[in-house]
Amino acid sequence: MAGKQKHTRVKNQLKMGELKVLGSWSSPYGLRVQWALGLKSVEYEYIDEDLLNKSEMLLKYNPVHKKIPVLVHNGKAIAESAVILEYIEETWPQQHPLLPKDPYERAMVRFWINFLDNKDKVAPFITFFIGVGEEHKKAVKEAKELLKLYEEQVLGEKKYFGGEEIGMLDLAMGWMAYFGAIEEIVDVKILDAETFPRLHAWIQNFRAHPVIKNNLPDHDRLLQNYTEKRQRFLAYSPHTENA
Amino acid sequence: MAGAAEDMKVLGTKQSMFTQRVVWALKLKGVEYEFIEEDLVHKSSLLLALNPVHKKVPVLVHDGKPIAESKIILEYIDETWKERPLLPEDPRERANARFWAAFIDDKLMEASKKAFVSTGDDRAKAMESTMEGLKLLEQELQGKKYFSGDDGIGYLDIVAGWVAYWFQFIEEIGGFKVMESTKFPCLDAWIKNFLQVPSVEQSLPSPDELRNVFGAIRMAMQMK
Repeated sequence: MAGKQKHTRVKNQLKMGELKVLGSWSSPYGLRVQWALGLKSVEYEYIDEDLLNKSEMLLKYNPVHKKIPVLVHNGKAIAESAVILEYIEETWPQQHPLLPKDPYERAMVRFWINFLDNKDKVAPFITFFIGVGEEHKKAVKEAKELLKLYEEQVLGEKKYFGGEEIGMLDLAMGWMAYFGAIEEIVDVKILDAETFPRLHAWIQNFRAHPVIKNNLPDHDRLLQNYTEKRQRFLAYSPHTENA
Repeated sequence: MAGAAEDMKVLGTKQSMFTQRVVWALKLKGVEYEFIEEDLVHKSSLLLALNPVHKKVPVLVHDGKPIAESKIILEYIDETWKERPLLPEDPRERANARFWAAFIDDKLMEASKKAFVSTGDDRAKAMESTMEGLKLLEQELQGKKYFSGDDGIGYLDIVAGWVAYWFQFIEEIGGFKVMESTKFPCLDAWIKNFLQVPSVEQSLPSPDELRNVFGAIRMAMQMK
């Protein structure tokens, strides 16, 4: 996990200015923003938020939602990861473009990001993590259907969702790159190489990219943290069989 | 450079607040299109073929290529026809518009729906959330004729359009009141100005059409 990158006033052709990212070490929404800036070689100061104890800064910069990520550029805050990604793309358009040029293809990228971020499409993966019994079985089925859609219709034959290079949709799909930690804790594998060979290949490529490689949550820390989280949910769940 | 009518189709319904967004945008840009009215109870094979993922309206079909999701369609329209821009030029202002658009469609709409369907404490809570949302929009408007400035409506006005017209019928049929002109003077002025914009005025469904739509929704929910 990348440590704080101190803000430096380095003379380069990139826009100068003070840039902060408020994120959380394991949040895929925050990581999207960090990855985007990393790919564009834009320096920023990373501020890690404890989501159980939100800072004054976070509440000040995102009073409406009180959530990470928040990008603060020259003192002005921008919230909502999808909005931030578009802002980053428009502010630093030359380096590593994250969207295609063609308006139709851009619309397709936005469509799929909107789709996968929809809470109904995220829910099966959350239930996979903290659910039990029938509810868990249903979640496994729904999650696999979504993965099939992503594998066959969205990724297809491409190396990345963005084509030859990582694009905005790859960043949005980035949660898959460390989903293995959750599978390990739940002790159920759904994103396996045999059923989803293309997604599996994508994960390897994505994780290997130098910018992504240096900005992934630590595996052991994920195991420890997620195990604790899962136990807490199961303890409070009315469905727990061994309460 | 407006496209020929046969190159551009809009699949939608006149009563749909989301469909209307696309209609307003195309009218503002002077783009000709063919409107295909969809029966949402008996969905056409055309709709299902063009929006297999969501099976919803609106769908824009440009040169045979379909695009779904109204906000995404708006961005596509703005990128394809550069005249009469809908989104501002400055990236920060664009981010601001997108942020509030997401808020209106997620938080405000969810609260309004809840207020419409629920009763008792749940309704009270939902009404409170709706009011909070409207307060934020009131603040966002402060001093401006439109969300997009004083010159004319833009992306955020279009997205907020359901608040200007559909919302009153959600309240009426739902049996609750949140939007008071005294509480939200800026929004009230904005609503009046917005509804007078020709592209908007020409396309609005009639009050009775909307009463029927929301009435039917309410009945369906009560039968569950």
